[in-house]
Order: sequence, then structure tokens, then C-alpha cells
Amino acid sequence: TNPRLCLTAPIEFGVGHVVDGTSLVSAVCTAQGFVFNYSTHTSLLSADISALLLLTGDPAFNYQEHELNERLKRLYPAVNEEETPLPRSWSPKDKYSYIGLSQNNLRVHYKGHGKNHKDAASVRATHPIPAACGIYYFEVKIVSKGRDGYMGIGLSAQGVNMNRLPGWDKHSYGYHGDDGHSFCSSGTGQPYGPTFTTGDVIGCCVNLINNTCFYTKNGHSLGVAFTDLPPNLYPTVGLQTPGEIVDANFGQQPFVFDIEDYMSEWRAKIHSMIARFPIGERLGDWQSVLQNMVSSYLVHHGYCATAMAFSRATETMIQEDQTSIKNRQRIQKLVLAGRVGEAIDATQQLYPGLLEHNPNLLFMLKCRQFVEMVNGTDSEVRCFSVHSPKSQDSYPGSPNLSPRHGATNAHVHNTGNTDTLHTNIFEYAMHASKAKHIKLNLFTNVVYLHSPETSSAVDCVFWCVDSDSEMEIEAEHYSNGVTESSTRIMNGTYKHQEILQADDSSVDDSCSSRQLCGGNQAATERMIQFGRELQALSEQLCRQYGKNATHKKMLQDAFSLLAYSDPWNCPVGQQLDPMQREAICSALNSAILESQNLPKQPPLMLALGQATECVQLMARVRSGSCSFARVDNFLH
Amino acid sequence: MPCWYSEIPLFTATSRHYVDRLFDPDPQNVLQGVIDMKNAVIGNNRQKANLIVLGAVPRLLYLLQQSSSSLELRTECAVVLGSLAMGTENNIKSLVDCHIIPALLQGLLCSDLIFIEACLRCLRTVFISPVTPVQLLYTDPTVIPHLMSLLSRSQHTQEYITQIFAHCCKTPEHQTVLFNHGAIQNIAPLLISPSFKVRMQALKCFSVLAYENAQVSMTLVNVLVDGEQLSQVFVRMMQRDKPIEMQLTAAKCLTYMCRAGAIRTDDNCIVLKTLPCLVRMCSKERLLEERVEGAETLAYLMEPDIELQRIASVTDHLVSMLADYFKYPKTSVLDHDLKHAHELRQAAFKLYASLGSNDEDIRKKITETENMMDRIVSGLSESSIKVRLAAVRCLHSLSRSVQQLRTSFHDHAVWKPLMKLLQNAPDEVLVMASSTLCNLLLEFSPSKEPILESGVIELLCSLTQSDSPALRVNGIWALMNMAFQADQKVKVEIVRALGTEQLFRLLSDPDTNVLMKTLGLLRNLLSTRPHIDQVMSSHGKQIMQAVTLILEGEHSIEVKEQTLCILANIADGNTAKELIMTNDDMLQKIKYYMGHSNVKLQLAATFCISNLIWNEEDGSQERQDKLRDMGFVDILHKLTQASDPNLCDRAKTAMQQYLA
Repeated sequence: TNPRLCLTAPIEFGVGHVVDGTSLVSAVCTAQGFVFNYSTHTSLLSADISALLLLTGDPAFNYQEHELNERLKRLYPAVNEEETPLPRSWSPKDKYSYIGLSQNNLRVHYKGHGKNHKDAASVRATHPIPAACGIYYFEVKIVSKGRDGYMGIGLSAQGVNMNRLPGWDKHSYGYHGDDGHSFCSSGTGQPYGPTFTTGDVIGCCVNLINNTCFYTKNGHSLGVAFTDLPPNLYPTVGLQTPGEIVDANFGQQPFVFDIEDYMSEWRAKIHSMIARFPIGERLGDWQSVLQNMVSSYLVHHGYCATAMAFSRATETMIQEDQTSIKNRQRIQKLVLAGRVGEAIDATQQLYPGLLEHNPNLLFMLKCRQFVEMVNGTDSEVRCFSVHSPKSQDSYPGSPNLSPRHGATNAHVHNTGNTDTLHTNIFEYAMHASKAKHIKLNLFTNVVYLHSPETSSAVDCVFWCVDSDSEMEIEAEHYSNGVTESSTRIMNGTYKHQEILQADDSSVDDSCSSRQLCGGNQAATERMIQFGRELQALSEQLCRQYGKNATHKKMLQDAFSLLAYSDPWNCPVGQQLDPMQREAICSALNSAILESQNLPKQPPLMLALGQATECVQLMARVRSGSCSFARVDNFLH
Repeated sequence: MPCWYSEIPLFTATSRHYVDRLFDPDPQNVLQGVIDMKNAVIGNNRQKANLIVLGAVPRLLYLLQQSSSSLELRTECAVVLGSLAMGTENNIKSLVDCHIIPALLQGLLCSDLIFIEACLRCLRTVFISPVTPVQLLYTDPTVIPHLMSLLSRSQHTQEYITQIFAHCCKTPEHQTVLFNHGAIQNIAPLLISPSFKVRMQALKCFSVLAYENAQVSMTLVNVLVDGEQLSQVFVRMMQRDKPIEMQLTAAKCLTYMCRAGAIRTDDNCIVLKTLPCLVRMCSKERLLEERVEGAETLAYLMEPDIELQRIASVTDHLVSMLADYFKYPKTSVLDHDLKHAHELRQAAFKLYASLGSNDEDIRKKITETENMMDRIVSGLSESSIKVRLAAVRCLHSLSRSVQQLRTSFHDHAVWKPLMKLLQNAPDEVLVMASSTLCNLLLEFSPSKEPILESGVIELLCSLTQSDSPALRVNGIWALMNMAFQADQKVKVEIVRALGTEQLFRLLSDPDTNVLMKTLGLLRNLLSTRPHIDQVMSSHGKQIMQAVTLILEGEHSIEVKEQTLCILANIADGNTAKELIMTNDDMLQKIKYYMGHSNVKLQLAATFCISNLIWNEEDGSQERQDKLRDMGFVDILHKLTQASDPNLCDRAKTAMQQYLA
């Protein structure tokens, strides 16, 4: 064994690793053990050390990994890495034996004899370049040109012989350092660019929109090298003489060439292509289609007055009768205000039989009603409070809240230790809650005393959409504790956190509103009773239609709220967020529309969904322009 | 009679009606008349011409200037005048002849913004026309400061004023006037204006201000716009998603700043941004005008810097991209097509010239580009002088390569069109062509022989009589190259054609370059013994006189060294030697230079003595004796101890002549 090797490896290791003392010591011990056992195999050693580093969390490596993720996300936003992972390193499996890898599989060195071209060796990246990149780029730094500098940088398809330099075979493309020639699936090269050697940084850019490739040298574009490239190529490098070492940069470091500038040109090109899409003679048709889209969208969401004004201005027809729109609007308002009980009553009254035919919808509504009871917003519990419910809606400006697009609110839910509670959570909660409540109240009061800004910050939000509109509330002010980003919502700004005390309640009232069922004993009892009814309904549905996992989950989540002393700040507390009303509101709205033989989704949303889907489909059929034709670019 | 003839009176009749209404006594009618006129002339060039012919302009100007006119009327007048200016160049001429410019400039003193904007819009239209003399902007010294002050009024005033400046800044004097009135501080903030037009015109202003102007360029690098360096603002404007016009103009600004020495050529904003941006402008995807401007600017940017030339030569296949510039049709029925073709070709030649001016590999790459030499050859005889000049510049740049002189230049007989070009061409073409000819006459150039045979000597001799020093240098330089190791016949012909009188005139030329090349010519004439003796036997007296004069005069070391070398050559002749040996004064001079502090002069003088005392020649003994008596041996002895090895060797060799 070579003693020098044993010494150097752990020292390097120790320097790189500075997280915590104990793990450092144990890691060094492990590494040393490793070294003594295997130190005859140099390459194995370095690979294993880097694996160890990975396990113990080398901070430098983590930083690089973070940098890489950030850069890849910025460069290739359209790539879905679950479907098509991006190349991040060279593949230890997909290489010729004369190739050695090190430094997290980013450094490539030649370890063959290098007598002639039969000793050439290549390595491919871990994954092919996804078409959804639109424009893909990686760089290779020549650390050493070795004996002759016979290095090739390029692309090859899966399965191309690795005992060769890139470019020599079919579906293989390369730019060679010794002569500066480009090799396009052929043993003879074409004069292409300058030669390259130690210290040079060579970049390779694949344009998946027009299927071409160009190289860069030290940040300068050398011009198109290949056209008509096939899909699914892997970044590839090949070496042929001893001493040749190259380092890849798949995004771990900033690139020498300004690839983002190049991308911006193509983004602008694609956008102007879309903007200038010829519609020829059909200009009139397009206009009426667009008008109908807008109008149907407004009608769908019950923007009654705006829809009427729009139809007057554009002379378009509205299919649905105005009373019907207003009815839906009223029901939506109730749901969005958290007064689900009233919404159910109104639906049953206006659309008899609707909920009976949709037991699932009814169950969802009832579940929500239960959640709103916990919240203290449902009228069945509000009637117990000192202030009677006002006719004014507590959900501001409802329902002029547009649905959110794309942002699927993941239900963050840690079921870790609540699992065992689920079966009998309800009974448990009933017994536990009373005792806990006293503590909870005390606790929250103290908190409010010390943080007065929850109630003192008053925010005024104005909606001025249409003067003759009755649905838009002209001005509404309510205490605003948490300033919430409004990016999720398209029309207007809402402060959901404070919906609960949105009536004329005083500061004291706002303190108590954060209590279960508004802190009222009778209300709590009503809620418990309602919970039992809900449980019964669930069992009945189960008998009638068989088991339903979704229902079960919904019920469990709702009941879980009672297991925590502060339901608003618990793992399932997100249910109490007024934003959560939107889904059920839109489901109810769709059901009503469907019952009236009207489309359950507005055509605008269908078109949007279809466009989004098309762009994703483009990625799958390897049309690179999808990268720069993203629907979000056009939604502001 | 064709029917359209009869329509003219009809047109003029309605036009006359419009003009008549301008003279209505009721101001309200006049206003309505002007408004109707405005609506009638929009987009109607014939109507515009008619109204001008019928004298509407002086009346409109009168109304515009009258302080009794309502502001509305004055504004409408300015609008109509602006509309008239939008027509043909003749319209502009008529308007300028009616003194519209001072009238409108006077109008700018009014406080009403709408009226000012109308005046500025019209002024802008007038000034951007090529027929308007730009000097009119500078005649009244109060105008520029007032325009500067109006820059803060509105986006429109900003747009029009910067556009006027951008078009009217043509000379270094204009640059200085604008600079002294705070153009940089006033216009820099406009680069981040929300209006694209304002940003664009401000950028154009900077490009014309910075062109070949070190003072402006040096100031620009230190300007901050919203906390950002101006060069970085320009770099952002070159981003690839910006409009091409903006990218190109920003690249021009940085190019001019770089050439004026305000930005280093190895600065990243030049190497990684400006240069690639200009190369992109040469791409086939760009418009013809953009390709021309891009290539010209790039040629200018990298002219003095070999590193930039090397980078450009490998960027985006520039060398072959330029070959596409020649694929635009050469023959066309349309005038502007022809003009485009000329512009493209001259731009490509210029860029090739700049690319190949230093690096041998790049020259090779250029000559190996498809049909390149044929293109240059045909370029030399094109009708457009711009193309001819650019082609000869390109040829000159390539002629600095020994390899190209030996191969492609000879294969394509480039000397033929070059010789043709030298017959009565304008001076700037002559300078380039004769300079190229100098290279073609180098002794290793295979073109030397055929050129000699074509009777070039007379032509070159006539160049040496030119008023332009550059042409004199090139003429004598070519003769010098020609005389190098030439036949006796050629040498005699050169001396005959040039005439001794002209030769001696050149020896007292105020231009050192001319003097040096003339001495070089003499030296080349005086080589190989028979030639020396022959030339000296016929012109010995004058030559010795000239040599004396130069050695006694105030000249640089190089000139004196060259002269001593001539003397050394004379000393090598059989009979010519005597001209020195019998001239004691000259021998004293040689002695003096042997003891000079400059080694080069010592060496040349020692050479001369060494030739005089050379053993194997007749009379060497007498010469040795005479020179020993004059104390030369002592000097030589001293020089054998010299620290310079060459001088030491030379002295030792000379001493050996005495020992043998």
C-alpha cells in the first residue's frame, strides 16, 4: 500500500467538512479505515470518499448542489424533472473503461494506453437532454491537454460505442481540440473552429427548437456546427491520450458564455411569432370568440352586473337568465363567506333535488360546514355569539374572487402522530377539549396583549368595478394582522387571515374570534352535535354507496382540528384558511350550472387548460419551442 | 390631350381656395381654414406641392410668428408646416428657403408646451432631411442652450430634440458645442426613459457625440445613470432580446468609446459583448443596412487590436458569413438595389481588411474563402469608388503576407487591375494602391517581374513628385523595393526616370520617411561592385555631396546609419573607392563616427573603413598606409576592445587586413 495516499485523503476530507465535531471524527475514522483497506485502487478511493462526503453532507458540495438546482430551474423552467431529468454529472455506468471519473463525477480523466484511435474512450452524462429545455447548454474546461490533446466534446445517443471519440459514429457529434474540426457522425471532420487546449473552456449549446448545435470557446460563439440533430442526445466527452483531464459544468458554476442572453433572443422570437400569428380574414370571428369567452367567464363566476355591461357594450348574448346568475352568485357568496349552512339551505330551496342527486357534493359541503363551525363563521354557531350575524358578508367582495390558476394548494398535512388518533378522534376530542380550552383562552389573550398590531393595523381595500353593480362592495375595511401576498389571486387583494372578525366587532371581539366556535359554549355543543350528524351521514353514505376513501380522509381531517389546542396553528390548520372555501364553492357552482344544462367550466378556463396541456404535450413530442411558449408568460 | 392635364387647374383651384382662406379678415375663419388645410394635406404630396407653389408657406409663417394670433392658430400653423415638411425633398428646400428654421426656433421661446412641441416636431422633420444644412442649427448661439433647457419639458420635446442633435452633429466642432452645453449630463438620464423612442434617440446622440472624440468618450465612462455606469447601460441595450436598432447603436457607442481610448480593448464589455453583438449584425438574418453598419463598425473596432481580430475571426463563422455580402445581385434595374450591393461589398472588404491586417492565419483563412481573390480583383475595377477603395484596402492588408504574395496574389495576377487602378485614381485610392504595390515589388514576390515589364517606373517616379507625403513615401518605397538586387538595366532605368535632380530633392524632403526610403533606394542602387562603379562614375559627385550634407545635418541616428551604409557600399566599389580616399574631409567624418557613442553608427563607419583597406584589391597597400597615417589603426585597435561583440569582430577583421 501507498502510505502517502492514506495521509492525504483524510486531510482533504477534514478540510472540506466543518459541520459538526462528532460526525467529522467518525467520518474521518471511517474514511481512514477505507483507505487502509482499499488504497491500492485509487479511483475507487476517490469515488467512495465523495460518496461519503455526500452522506455526511459536505457543505461545499451542498452549496454547489443548491447552486445547480437554482440555475437549472432558472434556465429550464419548462422541464418536468420527474418525467425528464436533466443531466447533472457524467454517468459512472455509461462510459468506456479507459475513462476515470472524480469530483462528484464531474471530472473526467483518461487512463488508457493512448497508442492510437482504438484507445479512444468516451463518457455520457446521466440523462439525455430534455426537449423542454428549448435551449440547452453545458461547458467543459480543459484541465490538461495531456500528451496529444485528442479531446472531443459533443453529443451522442444512447448506445453509441464508447470506445470512440464523439462524432465518429452515427448519432454522435463532436468538436475536437487537436484540429478544431467538427465531426458529424463521420470519421472525417470538417474545418469548424479554432483548436483548443489546456485552460480553454468549451461550451456546447443544443437548440431544440431548430435542432442545431453550436460551440463556444472561452465565452465566444463559434457558430453553428450541426443541423438536423436527432432527439434524446446525451452530453458526451471523449479522450484519447494519457494525461487528458476535463471538468464538466452542467450548471454547477456560472457559465463563461452568456447563455441566458442567447435564450432571451429565442424567447423574444417565439413570443413575437405567437403575437404575430396570422389570423387573416377571420379577424371578426376571432373577436366574437374572444368576446364570448370573456362574457361566459363573467357569467360563470356570477359577475352579473359586469357581464351585463359587457354584453351591452359588445352586443353579445348571455345564455343564462339574469335571476339564475344572481341566485348562483348569492350561493357562492354564502360559501365564500363561510356560511355554508345557509348556502346548503339556499341551494336546496332554489335548486330542489340538486344536492340529493349529488350526495358527494352534499357531504363535502357538510364537512366544510363543520370546519366553518370550528372557525366560528357558520351561522349555526354565529347565532350564539353576542353579535348576531350581520347581513354583510364576512368574505370581502365575494364572489368576485377569481379562481387561482395553476397554483394547486398542496394540502400540507403531517399525519405522523395523528394516525392512531383518527379512529376515535371525535370522542377523544370531546373529552379533552373542555379542559384544554381554558388554557388556550388564557394563552391567546396573553399573545394578543403583547402583539397589538394584529388589530391595530387597519387596511382599506376598495373595489370599484362597476358603479351600478350590486355585487361589488365599494369599500371594506377590516383589521389586518398578516400582510399576505396577493399573487395567488387575480382580481383584487384579500386578507384572508382576518376574515373572521370582518363585521363591526370590536378589538375584544377579534381576540375571542380566534377561539373554537367563537368561544361560545352553546356553539361548541352545537358543533359537536353537528359532528355526530356528519359522522352518521358518512356511515349512511358508506352503507349506501360503499366505502369512500376521500370522504374518510375529509372527515378525519376535519375532526383532527379538535385534537389541537390551537387549531389555526396545527398541522391540519390549513383547512381553516378561507382560501379553502374556493374549491367547494366552485364545485357547487359547477354542479348548479350542470343541472341547468350549462357548461360546468367556463370556456376561458378550458382554453387555458388546453393551452397548458398542449405546451406539456409539445415537450413530450420534443418540440423545444414549448420552453419559451409558457402559458404563465401570458398571464399577468 | 391626355385627360389628366385638365385636372391640374382643378387641383390648383381648390388649393388656391385653401390659401385664400388664410387671408380672411375674421381670425376664426383663418383658424378653420388652417385646420381644413391640415386635413387636406395629410398624406397628399401633390396637395402639399400645390400649396407651397401657391405661397401658403410665408403666410403660415407670418401667422405663426404674429403674437396677435391665438395660440391655437399658431399651433395649427406649425402642424401644417410640419405636415408640408413630411413631403418631398423639394418641399423641405422650399420651406428652408422661406426661413422656416429661424421662425420655428423663435417659436420655441413661447411658454406653451403644445405649441413648442408642434414647432419641435416640424424642426425635427426639417433637420433630419439630407437637404437641410445642419449649420443652421448652430448659427444662433442661444439655440443649443435653449434646446437643452427644453429637454425637461416632456417626452415629446426629449424625442424631437435628441433626434435633431443626433442628425445635426456632424463635425468635431458640433460635438464640442453640444458637449460644452452639457449634452452628456442632459441626455444621459433619457437613456432610461419609459419611452422607447426617447431612449433610442438619446442613444443615437451618444453615438455621434463619442465618434472619434476622446473628450466626450472619457467623460462618458464616468457618467452614472441611476447609479449604473453608462457602459453597463449600453451593455444592457445590446441584450439579444432588444430591438436590433438599439443593439447596433449601443454597440457603436461602445466601439467609439473604445477607439477613443476610454475603454480598454480587453474590457469584457468590448470582448464579450460589443464584438459578438457586431458579429451578429453581420448575419444574413439582419437587414442590409444593419449588415453594412455592423460590418463597418466591427472593422473600425478591431482595426488596431490583433486580439480582437483573432476573436472575431473565429466568432460565428464571420469570415464565411462575409462571403454572403457578395451574393447580393450586382446587376439590377433598380438604383437602390445597386447601391445596396455596393454598400454591402465595400463593407465586407473593409471588414476583411481589418481582420487580416496583422495575423497570418487569418489572412490565409480569408484568401481561402470561396472566390475571395476573384472578388477582390473584380472589386478593384468596380464603378463605385467606395468599393474600389475598400477592395484595395483589403488587398493591401492581405499583401502583408509573404505566403499570399507568393501564391494567391501571383495566381490571380492581382497586379494587373492594381496597375490599372493606379492610373489617375483619387489620392486616397492611390495611397492604398501604391502601398500595396510596394509589397508586390518585394524581391520574393513573383509579381515583381511582370510589374517591371509593365512600365511602372515612370508611374512611381511621378508619385514621388506628389504633394502628399504618403504618396511620395509609397513611390520611393516601391522604387527602393524594385532596386533591391535588381539588374543593372533596371537600376539605370530608375536613375534615368527619376533624374538626379529629383533624387536629391527627395534627399532633402521634410518627411523623414521619404528621406529614409530614398537613402534605401540609393543603397540598393549601390550594390554589387560593377553597379557601384557605374553609378558612381556618372553621379559620384552629387552623391558624395548629398552624403556630406546628411552627415553634417541634424538627422536621426537611423538616417545617419543609412547614410554611412551607403558610404560603405561606395567603399566596396573598385573605382568608386577613390571618391572617398581622395576626400579627406569625408575620411575625417568616418573617423568621427567610429568614435561615436552609438554602436550602430560605429559599426557602419567601421564597415566603410574595412572595405577601404581590404587586402585583395588593387592599391590596398596605399590605402592602408594612408589610413594608418590618419590614425585609423589606433581607433580600430581600441574598437577590438569594444563591449559590443559585432563591433569587436568587425574591428578585428579590419585589423587582420593590416597583419596579412
